[in-house]
Amino acid sequence: MLKLEKRPQPSRVFAWLTPIFAVIATMIAGGLLFAALGKNPVEAIRTIFWDPLFGEFAFYYRPQLLVKGGPLILIAIGLSLGFRAGIWNIGAEGQYIVGAICGAAVGLAFYPLEAWYIFPLMILGGALGGLLWAMIPALLKVKFGTNEILVSLMLVYVAENLLAAMALGPLKNPEGHGFPGSRNLKDYPSAFNDEIITGTGMHWGVLTAFLAVIFAYILLNRHLLGFSIRLTGEAPRAARFSGVNPTRLILFCLGMSGLMAGLAGLFEVSGPSGQVSIDFNVGYGFTAIIVAFLGRLHPVGILLAGLLMALTYIGGELAQGNLGLPSAAIQLFQGMLLFFLLAVDLLTNYRVRFAKSEAA
Amino acid sequence: MDFSSISPALLLASLMVAATPILLAGIGELVVERAGVLNLGVEGMMITGAICGFAITINTGSPTLGFVAAAAGGALLSLLFALLTQFALANQVASGLALTLFGLGLSSLLGQDYVGLKPAQTPDLHIPLLSDLPFLGTVLFSHDFMVYFGLALVAAVWAVLKYSRAGLILRAVGENHDAAHALGYKVVRIRVLAIMFGGACAGLGGAYISLIRVPQWTEGMTAGAGWIALALVVFASWKPWRVLLGAYLFGGVTVLQLNLQAAGLAIPVEYLSMSPYLITILVLVIMSADRSRAPGSLGRIFHASG
Repeated sequence: MLKLEKRPQPSRVFAWLTPIFAVIATMIAGGLLFAALGKNPVEAIRTIFWDPLFGEFAFYYRPQLLVKGGPLILIAIGLSLGFRAGIWNIGAEGQYIVGAICGAAVGLAFYPLEAWYIFPLMILGGALGGLLWAMIPALLKVKFGTNEILVSLMLVYVAENLLAAMALGPLKNPEGHGFPGSRNLKDYPSAFNDEIITGTGMHWGVLTAFLAVIFAYILLNRHLLGFSIRLTGEAPRAARFSGVNPTRLILFCLGMSGLMAGLAGLFEVSGPSGQVSIDFNVGYGFTAIIVAFLGRLHPVGILLAGLLMALTYIGGELAQGNLGLPSAAIQLFQGMLLFFLLAVDLLTNYRVRFAKSEAA
Repeated sequence: MDFSSISPALLLASLMVAATPILLAGIGELVVERAGVLNLGVEGMMITGAICGFAITINTGSPTLGFVAAAAGGALLSLLFALLTQFALANQVASGLALTLFGLGLSSLLGQDYVGLKPAQTPDLHIPLLSDLPFLGTVLFSHDFMVYFGLALVAAVWAVLKYSRAGLILRAVGENHDAAHALGYKVVRIRVLAIMFGGACAGLGGAYISLIRVPQWTEGMTAGAGWIALALVVFASWKPWRVLLGAYLFGGVTVLQLNLQAAGLAIPVEYLSMSPYLITILVLVIMSADRSRAPGSLGRIFHASG
């Protein structure tokens, strides 16, 4: 008979090992899934995890790792602050969309003026857009005690409709021959989020993501506010006795995650995507939740998890083209990863003992 | 714009149809939450139910079998959640999210070959005399069997929770799992059963969308209905009849905005489509003033070693 014994403290060794276990378990389960779909599992796993990095066309895919990983890391860092304190913003997708709309709108308002200050203003617009969108669940929670999970999620659907309305209405390209979608910002140098070093995939959003990792690390380890966040998550009662202000914490965590998601949206719309279109969002806001957990809500962990998740996106596309693997299989694969992660987390918090009979 | 095209009788009749998916999913989640478990995976279980029901109906031609399959599919998926939260003692919020993400992926994988097909139609019941009543006959008495099943389920859940021993035990587990454990009730077993019931109900709700409400299969077709069902439980203060009330309210808003779209109101369609979600937020704000009714152990992890 297996018996679980709660550890007095979470195991540090397992905290680092469990994500690796989860990835291996997902590869095995994913392999079985691909085999069930009639694909060669070894080839599928190699196409997803190996070919983008070391395959024949790796020179093309490696920069993509940063392009796809940047927004994931940036959003996940923001989310992790809240998750640590037990504040659940799961509407990052909505904040991402609104950030993109606001930032792009700022840029488009200046068209066709060329000036150095346009892009910084757009960044400000994107950050503010995401921040304000996240302030809705935050203020409602603080004022009325409304559940932030449900409100932030409802706002994703509102934001998706808003995006469609913008792409078809106010932001539509006046010279677009009636097609939905805004002007392409790639053709507007002052608003274009170009690669900082050509050919590396490194654009301003990726740089911001790296800065966010450093910022979060310092905040959590060297700052009182970060300590309050960790304390609230680990011992809410103790946090209240020690004078942590829950209102401030909710506003900060939700606001910060909204701001980062908004920035991610802005950098995406002004860079890799290029325009405000109906299908602009591809679910980064939701995948970032997986990234945050896979990275164990730790800044450095999230950095690695974001790159790994970006790899599954790229590898997934590759497998779609080369092996005819359906795109949904990759989505399923990512969902499975989160499942296994949560399951093996048991080992971090509990000790598994073999007991013959229940001790009296 | 032509409002005369909106017929009150048809509006009310379609309200009942629009409310049924969230009613089914909501009443299931209510039972889960009364047992002290917060399962945020309703959306994932609904969409899985939607594709299971759809696929079986296409292959067998029988909507009834489809609904049975949907319930089984939803319950099966919810077992994953039960495994994570009850045996691996994982965080319920995170596990629920994982279930939704997983369910969305699984459903679009399963549904690839079913896009664009039409399922066998579920016939509307014709009740002698009642269905022929003017107005009321159209509004109340000429729906498909699932509408009435939903109503019966609400009544059954209410009666079981309020009057039966099983209901009392379920509520005890939800209010204070340590006390219930001390009394000798099998907390984990009861919760797993409640989670499976919730999964089956969510599956039925999803299948109602893909088989009757729409009826066809598209990826992500539940479009947040599972989350609205979760909000519904909060709105209802964990009381069965109020779930019915809430479901009809949301159903009413959905139907009304669809009718306004059809009537050509001068507001762009996208803004009208936002309204069910905005109303949900508004209702949540109004209802969250009273948090006293939430089950005591809601969302807390139970581990017997204590």
